[in-house]
Amino acid sequence: MAKSNIKKKDTHTISMLVANKPGVLVRVALVFARRAYNIDALVVSPAVNPRYSRMTITAKGDPDTLDQIIKQASKLIDMIHAEEHSDVDATHRELALLKLKATAANKSAVAKLAKKFHARIINESKDAIIVEQTGTTEDLDAFEALLKKCGIIEMVRSGKLVMAKGKEET
Amino acid sequence: MIKKAKKKTSKKPASKKQLNGAEALVKCLENHGVEYIFGLPGGSVIPIFDALVGSKIKLILTRHEQGATHMADGYARATGKPGVALVTSGPGSTNAVTGIMTAHMDSVPMIVLTGQTISPMLGKDAFQEADISGISMPVVKHSYLVKKTNDLPRIVKEAFYITNTGRPGPVLIDLPKDITSGSFKGSLNPKMDIPGYSVPGKGNQKDIAKVAQLFKASKKPLLLIGHGAAIANAEHAVRALVEKLKVPVVNTLLGKGVFPESSPLNLGMLGMHGTAYANKALINCDLICSIGSRWDDRINGNNDEFCIGATKIHIDIDPAEIGKIVQPDVSVVGDARFVVEELLKLVEPQDTGKWLQEVDFYRKEFPLKYSDDEGLTAQKVIDELYQITKGKATVVTDVGQHQMWAAQFCLAEHGNKFISSGGAGTMGFGFPAAIGAQFGNPKDLVVAICGDGGFQMTLCELATAAIHKLPVKVIVIDNKYLGMVRQWQELFFGNRLSGVDLEGNPDFVKLAESYGIKGVHIDKVEDVHKKLTAALNHKGPVVIHAEVIKEGNVFPMVPAGKSAHHIIIEPPTTQLEKPTGST
Repeated sequence: MAKSNIKKKDTHTISMLVANKPGVLVRVALVFARRAYNIDALVVSPAVNPRYSRMTITAKGDPDTLDQIIKQASKLIDMIHAEEHSDVDATHRELALLKLKATAANKSAVAKLAKKFHARIINESKDAIIVEQTGTTEDLDAFEALLKKCGIIEMVRSGKLVMAKGKEET
Repeated sequence: MIKKAKKKTSKKPASKKQLNGAEALVKCLENHGVEYIFGLPGGSVIPIFDALVGSKIKLILTRHEQGATHMADGYARATGKPGVALVTSGPGSTNAVTGIMTAHMDSVPMIVLTGQTISPMLGKDAFQEADISGISMPVVKHSYLVKKTNDLPRIVKEAFYITNTGRPGPVLIDLPKDITSGSFKGSLNPKMDIPGYSVPGKGNQKDIAKVAQLFKASKKPLLLIGHGAAIANAEHAVRALVEKLKVPVVNTLLGKGVFPESSPLNLGMLGMHGTAYANKALINCDLICSIGSRWDDRINGNNDEFCIGATKIHIDIDPAEIGKIVQPDVSVVGDARFVVEELLKLVEPQDTGKWLQEVDFYRKEFPLKYSDDEGLTAQKVIDELYQITKGKATVVTDVGQHQMWAAQFCLAEHGNKFISSGGAGTMGFGFPAAIGAQFGNPKDLVVAICGDGGFQMTLCELATAAIHKLPVKVIVIDNKYLGMVRQWQELFFGNRLSGVDLEGNPDFVKLAESYGIKGVHIDKVEDVHKKLTAALNHKGPVVIHAEVIKEGNVFPMVPAGKSAHHIIIEPPTTQLEKPTGST
């Protein structure tokens, strides 16, 4: 799933701190959907303070619409704050689980690649092996591309998690 | 579930009795100063209607839930206080959605209480269950699905705070029946818990100073007054600013009257059906300063050609409006009244004499006009209403041609005296909204101007006007067409009329009389003044049926999607190309 440069430019990562209540996700999603903006990845998790949740959203589209989306989302009563992050001001990670056929060739190929990409085999059965990898989105894309020749049966990715560097709040 | 039938009221329960949720809710509403609830009952809200028995809140039973929301809306616009509507679950709540959307589009404070099935049945397709908090999400400022009876006071408090601060908007509270029936053991005055909500304040002083500098550099400034200025009660400040700067003013449909439209400095409404002189001023100004308008597509059909070369200033309480349509040179996020009051201290009187002469030339060159030669026109009726009332009446319009003629001919002297569904363009709004406005201001002369199409959408509320003997007046401008669409079909679609003929209209006078309301029929130019004067002086409600020529068109007109340069002032003699704009 190699992305072209143009698409990469249009991918945005938005981090939101929201009230931990039912329906908040729908309210946020509606702000995107109404403007025909597709959400590529979405991670929701509890914040340090359990009253709040953290949402990290990866979406593609033009920056003007995104600006409007962030402003409109910021108006939601349940929104504490919403901010776009770049790779410069924030660090990011993503996790992938990949399932491959448990052939001898695969096992040795995966073992070799896994070392290079800081991945590890977390489950082995007679039919399949499951590999876990954590890294940047680019690392995950590269690992996936190389594993393709082994025949990926399934892949699940967590979506991007970001955290602002230094003192800045995410 | 049966809808509640009217029965003899039983005695109030003993006062020491523990409150249930509905009683706590009603107490909270009373504590928030609610005078009226507009609503219609059903199974899931019977506990609330029960709690209203003996309450000092007056319950206004409407004939349809859409009417309830429009009444609450009209009440809110006329008084500045949140309107409250109460409807049942399922269809009751979905019927209210149009009214909620209408209020949302025009930033109107409103609390909508909806009944809901009992909590254990949520999501199980219970009878009259609708996911109204889900359905309404895109058209509310905020909403609640109440899960605990004890949460009710906090939620009501938050709802009233949210609905009428910052940029106002409707708040929906969905009330499962077990919550309103359950016993209440909480505090009636708890703390709010809305850490994500903050209200923009007075505006950044540096930004305001920049605005003042830009005015200083301008030779041909123009103020654009929108609804936000009215909502913020910025009337005095705006008037003082205009007087000090001697700057001409244009207003949006909902900004009418914040600066008196009878003033020689006011050019009236701009935009699609605005005055030609307002639009000429727009084209020729070198600075435009919007106070509480959102530059919407009725006034800015084509952003690329909008006020080219003019400095653009945007004052708005909603940060999301800044740069949404027009990219301003300077913006101030804050309450219009505070911002204008600050600005007033920083600006200096300017010599705008030449510019005022120029706009005066436009006013004289391109006046609004109509003729009595072809028979009775809508413009004649509406103009006569203005001549009789001179801006003292609260004029509430429906949506369509008559609305634009009302905007052109009924000049407003204050911000809350012209009520109209601007953003949503909701047909059926006018009459119930006028009822709400009349409840809010019982001593005012409130006149609804409706078309024959829109009036028929909510005319069941004639009963509501009749039983309360409301002095509200309704002028039904009857051209037997859905006139605005007919106008478009004539001008842009080769006059192929499709779905616009209102053949089958009732006799509106007899209709009124069947509700016990006075009906007046006008169809002659020479009768208008006398009959209208008499009708307006009548003590109770009146339906004035004005049968007007069928094929009147609203001009000036800027075709949708075009800039004000393309204004059509006189009726065109050739077919026009289809507009590129939305509607």
